[in-house]
Amino acid sequence: MPCYQTFIEGVEEGLKTVVSILPALVAILSAAAMLRQSGAISAICDLLSPVTDFFGFPSEVLPLAIIRPLSGGGSIGLLTDTVKTYGADSTIARMACIMCASTETTFYTIMVYFRKTKVKYTKRVILAAVFGDLVGILCAFCLSKINF
Amino acid sequence: MNYIWSGLLIISFVFAALGGNLQETLTAGLSGAASSIEVLLSFAGIMCFWSGILKIAHKSGAAQFCEKLLSPAVRRLFPRVKNRKSITMNIIANLLGMGNAATPAGVAAMCELDRENGQKPTPSHEMSRFAVLNTASLQLFPTTIIGILASCGSKDPFSIIPLIWISSAISLTAALLAEWLLWKRGDSK
Repeated sequence: MPCYQTFIEGVEEGLKTVVSILPALVAILSAAAMLRQSGAISAICDLLSPVTDFFGFPSEVLPLAIIRPLSGGGSIGLLTDTVKTYGADSTIARMACIMCASTETTFYTIMVYFRKTKVKYTKRVILAAVFGDLVGILCAFCLSKINF
Repeated sequence: MNYIWSGLLIISFVFAALGGNLQETLTAGLSGAASSIEVLLSFAGIMCFWSGILKIAHKSGAAQFCEKLLSPAVRRLFPRVKNRKSITMNIIANLLGMGNAATPAGVAAMCELDRENGQKPTPSHEMSRFAVLNTASLQLFPTTIIGILASCGSKDPFSIIPLIWISSAISLTAALLAEWLLWKRGDSK
């Protein structure tokens, strides 16, 4: 097997992925920086903290949980921002990572997968998929809590 | 995403205007854009490296091995489906984290399932099960996440992998179970 060629081919594919992430990353990182500087994030966190504190859920991860099912590039941007802000080995960063890894861009995926079919009704799929995502978020919360 | 992004900008402008730090907010936006390139470059190398390794794994027969390993599970999940090749391909590509390969195989598999379903407007049990399988993330090696953690200075970025596996397995099971329950209840839409 031509090891070197194969590796290079793979790197090329990886590079394409990286380049395809860039536009969304620019958009999200600038928006996230502005949100933080303007005080909007802390205001929203303050607003939601009575509810999230009650369950011990870190409100810092909330924006990510909302963006995750909608946009892959957006959630990667926001995840990067979260990890950078709170430190790569913090509980919040680890929870954000587990959450992103065990959920998907649910709505985008369903749209793409059914686009070429004649299917009109996807309520059952969406309900089940969203339920799975919620369980994923819950798991991320529990696992990051137990281990650290 | 259009609404979300514009919403984010509008919210930050409103809060900045209220708090009187419009200037700082704009500067922060620019530095955020500038930092996106740094962030991307810092994990680009790691991502490229792993894509290369995964490509070798794929070409060296590891994928065929996976296919053999997976076929009993796929048969059990989709007992009524005649041609399971695209489905298996899609699952392997997902497991290896090759999103670029997973989507074409997945769309092809979905079209096949659509034909077997007689192209009805309501999806078959198999179709929704397959979609749910793809909206729950199954990935053995989460390249991007490891890359981000490593680039931001994590001491041990790999230690998160077992936690990701546990969490993915639980959320996937939950999603499949929910789909099954909804189907049992006779909810075909």
